[in-house]
Amino acid sequence: MHLSSEEYARLVRQAGPPSPLGKDCLWAFCVGGGICAAGQALRQAFLAAGADGETAGALTSCTLIALSALATAFGWYQKLAARAGAGTLVPITGFANAVVSAAIEFFPEGRVAGTGAKMFTIAGPVIVYGTLASAVYGLALWLAGLI
Amino acid sequence: MALRHGDTLIFPTPPVIAAGAAVGGKKEGEGPLAGCFDELCRDNRLGQPTWEAAERALLVRTARLCLQKDPSGGPVDLALAGDLQAQCTASGYAMRELGLPFAGVFGACSTMAEAIGLAAALCAGGMADGVLAMASGHFCAAERQFRTPLCYGAFRTPTAQWTATAAGCCLLRPARQGAAGKAQVRAVTFGRVQDYGVRDITNMGAAMAPAAAATLLRYLADTGAGAADFDCVYTGDLGRVGSALLAGLLEREGLAGLRHADCGCLLYGNDKRVGSGASGPGCCASVLAGQILPQLAAGRMQRVLFIATGALMSQTTFLQKESIPAVAHLVELTGPGRDAS
Repeated sequence: MHLSSEEYARLVRQAGPPSPLGKDCLWAFCVGGGICAAGQALRQAFLAAGADGETAGALTSCTLIALSALATAFGWYQKLAARAGAGTLVPITGFANAVVSAAIEFFPEGRVAGTGAKMFTIAGPVIVYGTLASAVYGLALWLAGLI
Repeated sequence: MALRHGDTLIFPTPPVIAAGAAVGGKKEGEGPLAGCFDELCRDNRLGQPTWEAAERALLVRTARLCLQKDPSGGPVDLALAGDLQAQCTASGYAMRELGLPFAGVFGACSTMAEAIGLAAALCAGGMADGVLAMASGHFCAAERQFRTPLCYGAFRTPTAQWTATAAGCCLLRPARQGAAGKAQVRAVTFGRVQDYGVRDITNMGAAMAPAAAATLLRYLADTGAGAADFDCVYTGDLGRVGSALLAGLLEREGLAGLRHADCGCLLYGNDKRVGSGASGPGCCASVLAGQILPQLAAGRMQRVLFIATGALMSQTTFLQKESIPAVAHLVELTGPGRDAS
């Protein structure tokens, strides 16, 4: 065939149906915003129950993580995510889903080499680069304090 | 024996496909080809503890059905089988149960055409009186190996394809045995690997379309056949995106009048949840055994090409940002009553 890779790349760009970015973003905002609003409602409920601000925040995170883990285990989270996209990926529930789904998936390979080793296959980079980013932020803060 | 024209093996005394069987999973049973399967599994686990074991059970069931459908009940000298699991383990474990001489083949989604091509050559060359060619895929086994855990909230792009939970098996025999009323393998073209720089693992159709075009053009050049000589040219599995690209590539080469259907588009019809269409070795293998061969045997089609395409990258090469090499193997099939042309 008389075709260069560049010419073919052009054909591929024309042939591939693009993701509906505007619709996806709006829907992700709605779903993600809904999860965050639910989190805020939970926080208010904990505050109303007598928890101080810091404890209410921790309890909210724990509750969302637990709900996400349960939804993942029952196979509901994946079904929601198939429609919600980044809306379920970005909030703390997405992180819990990433850990629990891998833990369940690799259980047949054993508790150590399966679940234990592969639990952070997806979430691991978030932890690594989250920690690195916090170190960089701390360094920047320290340097700013010297000035 | 076979004649060789360029890259194409032509069989003057064509081997026959004495029997074929297709088994599918739950989703395949909800598609437009549901009626073509010999068996459909309501539970994709097939009563097994793991998805890998389920695919193995799927392959064993398909092979046994195929052997049951063989009217001659003659010997099987070899089984050629392949799948997507690491080191072709679904096939290896399935063959542990079947107890036949076994050679594993791997061509990703092109495995079925590769196996049939090799089986036909062995039968035509007088080296085997019965060869099984089979391939399988399982959505869940493939997802956890190549992509993300099944419960992970991943979002599919519109160009992505859906690995079919399906297996197809064909039993090939030399022309002299059980030839009446059976489809014949007239020619085989083993493809050359093509790489046009596609790196997007969620757009396999785009990576494989040039391979399908290259093998088809080579076969036509080798044999002198024209596009209009075929009732249908089946590819597997380019999906909707790859099929559109194939049409564009062939048009650029001046090839018009081709009646084309893609197994990846046929299996799930217009179901948009699967993205661009079906994929996996079991997709075109099951469509061949369940849809194409019965139509040839019944005389509804006389001459078709079956071009199975495979993307030959791995998860490692993808992460290392290598482009995706692809291959396509072609098998020319005719109905039972057709003279060699």
